Amino acid sequence: MSAVELVVAQLEIRSRRGGTCVSENGFCPGWIVDNLWRYVDPLVQHVILTVVSVAAGFAIAFGLALLAHRRQWLTPPISAFTSVLYTIPSVAAFLLLLPVTGRTTLTAIIALVAYTQVFLFRNAINGLGNVPEDTKDAARGMGLTDREVLWRVELPLAVPEVLAGLRVATVTTVNLATLAFFAGAGGLGAQIYQDITFRSNVVVAGGLAVLLAAACDLLILGGQRLATPWRRAAVA
Amino acid sequence: MSVSAPTALVAQADRLSFVEAIEFLLVPRESVTGGVQVGGVGEMLQLTANHMLLSALAVAIACAIALPLGLWLGHVGRGEFFAVSVSNVGRAVPTLALIAFFIAFVGIGFANVLAALTVLAIPPLLTNTYVGVRGVDPDAVDAALGMGMGEAQIVRRVELPLAIRSIFGGVQLAAISVVATAILGPLASVATLGTPIVSVNVYGQAGLLGAAILVAVLAVLVYLALTALQRAVTPRGLRAGREPPGLERRIPFLDRRSAQPT
Repeated sequence: MSAVELVVAQLEIRSRRGGTCVSENGFCPGWIVDNLWRYVDPLVQHVILTVVSVAAGFAIAFGLALLAHRRQWLTPPISAFTSVLYTIPSVAAFLLLLPVTGRTTLTAIIALVAYTQVFLFRNAINGLGNVPEDTKDAARGMGLTDREVLWRVELPLAVPEVLAGLRVATVTTVNLATLAFFAGAGGLGAQIYQDITFRSNVVVAGGLAVLLAAACDLLILGGQRLATPWRRAAVA
Repeated sequence: MSVSAPTALVAQADRLSFVEAIEFLLVPRESVTGGVQVGGVGEMLQLTANHMLLSALAVAIACAIALPLGLWLGHVGRGEFFAVSVSNVGRAVPTLALIAFFIAFVGIGFANVLAALTVLAIPPLLTNTYVGVRGVDPDAVDAALGMGMGEAQIVRRVELPLAIRSIFGGVQLAAISVVATAILGPLASVATLGTPIVSVNVYGQAGLLGAAILVAVLAVLVYLALTALQRAVTPRGLRAGREPPGLERRIPFLDRRSAQPT
């Protein structure tokens, strides 16, 4: 029975689409308002994919950067590895993980985490490396131990560069998550793919993805201003 | 415990599918829908050639547009906001949305996909070229001016060689995203390595995985080839593994160039 109901529901949608705007495949504000609910679940899935992937990616990249900061020789191989990971097309990565982890959100998240590393690791290691030697000397002169220098001097000074990497990684993740439906993880891309020739659908789903990217970007930018009060003081 | 048996079966089937995927790439087989032979070296080579042709054309056209524009903007030092923010905007627009936008508003076919991929490739090229040229030591430009070089000569002989590493970074980024996005070509009826992925109901799971393996290998090869090319075209004084070029290294470099008759 449910299959029949589904068909009936689809027929209803078709008939509602019978309006001239929709049948002429125009850009239809009326249809968009009536059908906005379709985009809620994909948007939520998209946000979850992005937030979980970026958070996990950040934790991994941060750990790797701290390790590589202590053992400098690790930086070039890790950098090279993250670059090669980034080179693999995301569609291929989603598909190649299918036999290993199945059609799940986890599969998509693993691939998305891999893509964040190139930005997050590079910026974290650069940020830590760009702290002036004089500043560290001054901190040591004040009696700070190596650990205290790291947490109270180097890391705070690296915040702007780390967050710059986080912005790029987040926007890239929102972008790549539109292809996560290849791994069976839904998202706004599934919505685009479903009806790729219908203009209103493409504009709404694509537009939501762009807005999500912009919103994430602004959020992190705001966080950066809060986290680095000394920069504001310097500008003011 | 009743769950473990099916899980083991699934795992076994999955391990098999990687082997099957390689087999699909090598030996033609009957399609899932029946009646047609799919896969095998012949068809995969054909699809790879299409994929590469489409990608190479898109990157070449994007270079023809973005490099002169980036060099000029960087040289005159104008349009910084435009040149830098274009890549931020480019990054925020999902590749799938870009392709879908072209399909829904412009149409399907080779030219439209080529246009979409070109649009995709321009931002990283433009931004990296601009940033590379702006990053050229002003002293080097001054020295070139002092040696009597004209504007065009400065761009071609000083700023371009000194910015080449950044420019190639842009070419690599553009090429990677174009090769990755060309997978979506079949959505607009352009046969690429994405064909077995998009038409999985014809090619089957083995075709899907086989194409994914092939396109991943192809992307890494493109990346490595461009890295090698970058090494080859970088002026000797700027190659990696050397000290950053000091004045004493840069002057012979300019000397040698200006010694040629113009």
